[in-house]
Amino acid sequence: MREKYPLLQIIDQEGKWLDESNEEGLLEEKVKQFYYHMLRIRTYDQKGVALQRQGRIGTYVPFAGQEAAQVGSALALGNEDWMFPTYRDHGASLTFGADLDRMLLHWNGRIEGCLPSREKKIMPASIPIATHLPHATGAAMAEGYKGTRNAAIAYFGDGATSEGDFHEGINIASVFKAPVVFFNQNNGYAISLPVEKQMNSETIAQKAEAYGIPGVRVDGMDVFAVYFAVSEALERSRSGKGPTLIEAVTMRFGAHTTADDPSKYRDQAEVNRIRDQVDPLLRLEKHMKHRGIWEMAWRDSIETAIQDELEAAIKRMETYEQPAVSDMFDHVFAEPTWTIEKQKQRILSTGGSS
Amino acid sequence: MALSKVANKQAVQVGVKELTMIQAINDGLKTMLEEDPKTLLLGEDIGKNGGVFRATDGLQDVFGEKRVIDTPLSEAGFVGTAVGMALNGLKPVVEIQFLGFVYPAFEQIATHVTRMRTRTLGYYSMPMVIRAPYGAGVRSPEIHSDSVEALFVHLPGIKVVCPSTPYDAKGLLLASIADPDPVLFLEPMRLYRGKRQEVPAHDYRIELGKGEIVQQGEDVTIFAWGAMMPIAMEAAELMKEQGISCEVIDLRTLYPLDKAIIADSVQKTGRVVIIHEGHETGGVGSEIVSVIMETSFLYLRAPIEKVTGFDVPVPLFALEHTYLPTTERVSQAIQKVYSF
Ligand SMILES: Cc1ncc(C[n+]2csc(CCOP(=O)(O)OP(=O)(O)O)c2C)c(N)n1
Repeated sequence: MREKYPLLQIIDQEGKWLDESNEEGLLEEKVKQFYYHMLRIRTYDQKGVALQRQGRIGTYVPFAGQEAAQVGSALALGNEDWMFPTYRDHGASLTFGADLDRMLLHWNGRIEGCLPSREKKIMPASIPIATHLPHATGAAMAEGYKGTRNAAIAYFGDGATSEGDFHEGINIASVFKAPVVFFNQNNGYAISLPVEKQMNSETIAQKAEAYGIPGVRVDGMDVFAVYFAVSEALERSRSGKGPTLIEAVTMRFGAHTTADDPSKYRDQAEVNRIRDQVDPLLRLEKHMKHRGIWEMAWRDSIETAIQDELEAAIKRMETYEQPAVSDMFDHVFAEPTWTIEKQKQRILSTGGSS
Repeated sequence: MALSKVANKQAVQVGVKELTMIQAINDGLKTMLEEDPKTLLLGEDIGKNGGVFRATDGLQDVFGEKRVIDTPLSEAGFVGTAVGMALNGLKPVVEIQFLGFVYPAFEQIATHVTRMRTRTLGYYSMPMVIRAPYGAGVRSPEIHSDSVEALFVHLPGIKVVCPSTPYDAKGLLLASIADPDPVLFLEPMRLYRGKRQEVPAHDYRIELGKGEIVQQGEDVTIFAWGAMMPIAMEAAELMKEQGISCEVIDLRTLYPLDKAIIADSVQKTGRVVIIHEGHETGGVGSEIVSVIMETSFLYLRAPIEKVTGFDVPVPLFALEHTYLPTTERVSQAIQKVYSF
């Protein structure tokens, strides 16, 4: 199956072209855009972990290692496409245009953090595993009914492929040729369970066969490869040919969440040892150096801009107004029921935050 | 076999350990795995990782991968697998990582776990325990904090148990595993690592369907369970200063309710406050009210008060403490029924 579903790459570990024919689509400006977004979400991720350790936000879900998969896929989307992320895909959401302030508020336990952006159709992170795959199918079908060329992408991990909703979402999409891309990030672990114990199939891409749709296996540490694989799948779906299942083989460098201790189930020293060899940012940096489009001054300037942006957003998060108790009651229904109205009045009459 | 708690406490002086609730659960699972080769554990991350809360810590090392099974991420799959195992003579104890992730398995529970005995006129039974951490107050992400015990109390064919102390946790867990019928065993996350308590190292059981009077009182009865017990006790303590004597009852089993303990206490005090963190409408509190109306209507001296979660999804953690019943809200309710 690995031969049938080979790992697609465009640059190798050293950042050298494996397939130069793509050079035209990857001009300097675009490459720099990829790097910028990867650095931005890497920095954001480091801050997230640090903020949690300092007790300034709640449990945080790190994604370091998966920047290429998230940036490459998000930048392939069209402005009008739908994104259905999981709790680990905030890097993809940010890249596609989610609001940084809201993202931070979310980690701070604020419901305002789920508020969608007005410009982009980015759904709040799905916490239950795999349950959003059928949603992506439905949103994509609706675009089809409306006669647009818009598509949807659903993000999910290797563990998600064991849930019934994975099958149900893809099956329906394939039957109705819904314009949706099922974007799997196979980071090798679902909390502690290694993918070898998650499933008996050799690859996730091959699962596409059962649904009669294309399955693509791509190097998830190669941002170009991800970008092209997703772009192609989107194009296919836009022309009425239905869904694609993409397996981006990637690596999560750190813990499942800040509440998790990976040393219980994997050799973290080994991960740390190979980290630099496989880091998607370093790989892109090497590539840019090969091409002679790497400028340290540019790198420094974007880094400073990103740091400033993040620091300002964190400050806003920490000085954000207190949550309104009524928020909890006012959005359950369009018109509150008498039960909710009564409960709201009762709590407000006691001062709200008793 | 229902051994009384007091009798056991006296019987065993040796082999008593000071444990937290999570350790007591671990100890209970270990005791059962040692005693009964038919018992086995299934769930996500319960093997090598020892469970996300460490309830199964170290058990796979001792009992192997066939008795402590790390399953794929598939609640419907492993609860359904447990159904098959139970049909075929095993005694599965399933861990749902958080109660809020039981929903994918809800179909298996509602359509098979709870009905197999009825469907086969008793020929097949479902001796299965489904363990699930639940509740708000630990700054979890969305869904992780759900407290939907009422959904299961409503389903015919499954018992619902919820301990609030380390001692009860082990005793109720062992009784649940021994029960010939399925039991949903709810573990209050907020109490996992709270107080330590003496827990016997051996097998002891607390009869299902029996509540406990945790504090005797004359004026008002407070009914609670699980994570709401410390709130109930705190409020009762505050009321003491005001000269109101509260009887605090830990119901421990939510289905079937301990009708006798409810009736006896209400007939003594005539005043009732019920606390739960599940949503108000259709919550277990309403069922307790129904038991009171049926058994003790003429003894009531004030309308019954419920202090519960609201009819809203459990909010993200910035507001979870507003969602949850507080000592203050409970105290107000006690004063209201007392001065009615
Ligand atoms: C239905 C459901 N069951 C269990 C969980 C708890 N849980 C959260 S993340 C996770 C592992 C997910 O692994 P994977 O799908 O590979 O995604 P990753 O976290 O590695 O990105 C589990 C078991 C959940 N969120 N939803």
